[in-house]
Amino acid sequence: MALHLDSKVPLGPIQEKWDKHRFSVQLVNPTNKRRFRIIVVGTGLAGAAAAASLGELGYRVQAFTFHDSPRRAHSVAAQGGINAAKNYRNDGDSVFRLFYDTIKGGDFRAREANVYRLAQLSNQIIDHCVAQGVPFAREYGGLLDNRSFGGAQVARTFYARGQTGQQLLLGAYQAMARQIQAGTVELRTRTEMLDLVVHEGRAVGIVVRDLLNGDIRSYAADAVVLATGGYSNVFFLSTNAKASNATAIWRAHRRGAAFANPCFTQIHPTCIPQSYDSQSKLTLMSESLRNDGRIWVPVAAEDPRPPEAIPEAERDYLLERRYPTFGNLVPRDVASRAVKAVVDVQKGVGPLRNGVYLDLEESIGRLGADAIQERYGNLIDMYSRITGEDPYRTPMRIYPAPHYTMGGLWVDYDLMTTIPGLFCIGEANFSDHGANRMGASALMQGLADGYFILPVTIGGYLAPHLANPVPPRAHGAFVQVEAEVLDRSQQLLATRGSRSVDWFHRQLGKLMWDQCGMARSRTGLEQAASQIPALQAEFAKDLRVLGDHDSMNQSLERAGRVADFFELARLMCADALHREESCGGHFRVEHQTAEGEAVRDDTRFAYVAAWEYSGPDTPAILRPEALSFEHVKPAVRSYS
Amino acid sequence: MKLTLQIWRQPNSRTRGAFVTYQLEDLSQHMSFLEALDVLNERLLGQGEEPVAFDHDCREGICGSCGVMINGQPHGPEPATATCQVHLRSFADGDLVVVEPWRAAGFPIIKDLSVDRSAFDRIIEAGGFVSVPTGSAPEANLVPIPKPAAETAMDAAACIGCGACVAACPNRAAQLFVGAKLTHLNSLPQGKPEQATRVLAMVEEMERFFGSCTNYAECEAACPKGISIDVIARLNRDYISAKLGASALSGK
Repeated sequence: MALHLDSKVPLGPIQEKWDKHRFSVQLVNPTNKRRFRIIVVGTGLAGAAAAASLGELGYRVQAFTFHDSPRRAHSVAAQGGINAAKNYRNDGDSVFRLFYDTIKGGDFRAREANVYRLAQLSNQIIDHCVAQGVPFAREYGGLLDNRSFGGAQVARTFYARGQTGQQLLLGAYQAMARQIQAGTVELRTRTEMLDLVVHEGRAVGIVVRDLLNGDIRSYAADAVVLATGGYSNVFFLSTNAKASNATAIWRAHRRGAAFANPCFTQIHPTCIPQSYDSQSKLTLMSESLRNDGRIWVPVAAEDPRPPEAIPEAERDYLLERRYPTFGNLVPRDVASRAVKAVVDVQKGVGPLRNGVYLDLEESIGRLGADAIQERYGNLIDMYSRITGEDPYRTPMRIYPAPHYTMGGLWVDYDLMTTIPGLFCIGEANFSDHGANRMGASALMQGLADGYFILPVTIGGYLAPHLANPVPPRAHGAFVQVEAEVLDRSQQLLATRGSRSVDWFHRQLGKLMWDQCGMARSRTGLEQAASQIPALQAEFAKDLRVLGDHDSMNQSLERAGRVADFFELARLMCADALHREESCGGHFRVEHQTAEGEAVRDDTRFAYVAAWEYSGPDTPAILRPEALSFEHVKPAVRSYS
Repeated sequence: MKLTLQIWRQPNSRTRGAFVTYQLEDLSQHMSFLEALDVLNERLLGQGEEPVAFDHDCREGICGSCGVMINGQPHGPEPATATCQVHLRSFADGDLVVVEPWRAAGFPIIKDLSVDRSAFDRIIEAGGFVSVPTGSAPEANLVPIPKPAAETAMDAAACIGCGACVAACPNRAAQLFVGAKLTHLNSLPQGKPEQATRVLAMVEEMERFFGSCTNYAECEAACPKGISIDVIARLNRDYISAKLGASALSGK
């Protein structure tokens, strides 16, 4: 079966597309909404916002999370802020400029119409969140404050100290709690989706495992929404929470949903460098620190002196030198590569020489320590707790780490995947960020999808299905998938090998970081294409998971997720190998300028690479969606 | 460095638990406390013993998933620090470290160090929100909010819902958690219209699960986000005025 990748972008001027589309989408009348059941998997920004908004509309919503509470979703950890084109600073911002910056920042690999809609909705998101009681930072006059983020020359980022994600998530979580109280949303916590059920070409439900008692059971619904986040944990060491995983979207991919741009991963420049082998994760230091922090390394390689002892003339402020226009606020992909380049030539700092300095000294001198503490106090405290060092006295050390994945399930303008009735929102889908996400845009996209886009577009899918109910969960379609899920779990327990899940995950992560991380080469990716299946085969033979299926078993949960990471890793490498260009976060060493800048190839690769699953051991089939740029002319991205 | 860990092991809520002692060697002082548990779990797996179950996720002190009693203190020895942000440099080489789950009737034990904190969700569902349907909000800068009010709201909104306040309290009261949410929302103009119904509903729900506050202030000392017991004063004030307002309205 050939997949038709029709983005269903409405015709007409870009400014009017969303308005016209909302008018043309078929509506479901209020009393009929009660007749539709919608499953939302994941309760982060996108999922909780969608569940709340769908509940308010009158749909019967079932929300699922593997956490003990929706408030734990990893959106909570987003620090810096959320963009909106309010132009409160009078600095020349507009919907068009936010659109332009996002398309350019994404290195011309995102769909114009989607990004324009995102920029249009950005202002409404801020209005809504303020009304919910999100305590954004304010000026003394009582109005909202803004700060700057990478890749933009205007200050359009709204923030709540260094806890913007937490506060926006609590807003969405509380909105969902209101609907739980009202009876429109039913919440299942500590319940993990392990497969999707497709019947007669349409998504009709999911199969889950109750993480407390191991029960495998199905839930049927008229539509399924996946809001399950990104897959940076394929690298093992990332800034993602430990449980973040790809299982829901990967299982949907295996059931027929195309997976788009899997190799577009974001390596965030400002994370705390790894300091020992048994480290379990990496910690992000918000990009907002680049507003007031200067990035530098000693001019001399392997300089043994402490930072304080290195005179100004012997410091290389590498971003200010290479990119004078944007300075320390270049986009993430550009900053990460510049940092890697100096560490690769032995100019790295710290005990393992695996970082660069992010120095607040000049800003402390200019603004005072109190002002810096007000802006970044909680980040600086977190840094101190982890490293035992004091950033008010000595520069912080940072190095890039996997942070966000632009790739994800392919969706059309309505946010529907290639499986009718299966929608995908937030980081889990591929939309809007192209090959590199701009800072403070993830929260914006998750909330735009959840609050404002999906609640409208899902009606267009449901309306014609009023007389076409889904089968009950006793139907064979569900029973069959339940049996498959149980079988996979039992197999993991029955392997009885000698190595732990984490051992395999670390091996896979290291392999992916080396071969499919910040710099990718044909040779490396070809090696990975044989190394990953070998490791995967060993996993199938030598995995050891103790305990049983019928109670809380955290190793078993992790084993299922890592099994899916293996398959996803193979697709990421295949995608990275096929894309013979460098763009955004995807850097192929064969395609760079003499100065080390990325070289994009618009004649051959100005498309979304969506992959169709074709079996465990056969290569996925490429289904490109061509991208056309009518409003922003693709050009060499320059920040210098 | 070396540590002796005495850890509470309990297979499920129906079976009695007990402390089990484990020796850990070759630890780095830079490791986090949860990474020491990771190391222990890897070793247990190698020996064919089931790993210790504990809740954790972001390991950045913001998701609120983690939280254990370390030597009798919720989240351990460091002030204003969640369990995942405690590092081994807080302990001396050779220390004995006793690790237990939160102990509270409102938080039943699930397994080992993992407890059920869903009572907190029930309290939020009772009224911890502003009723604003998607699409109905006015322009964001229409209502100026004085900076001090916004700061007070943010201080309280920093709560991560970990439950340390309950675990620290001799009465197993949840006033700090509930007071934090009430202070967050009731300090803002957006939260005013529902202030009275919110405080009454949340307190009523709270009392189904948790004990009464008698001002020990242990909660404040245990809070990983440094939330002040001022929020409890606010809770009491808002509760009294809601009660008086409610009885005045009903003519009693």
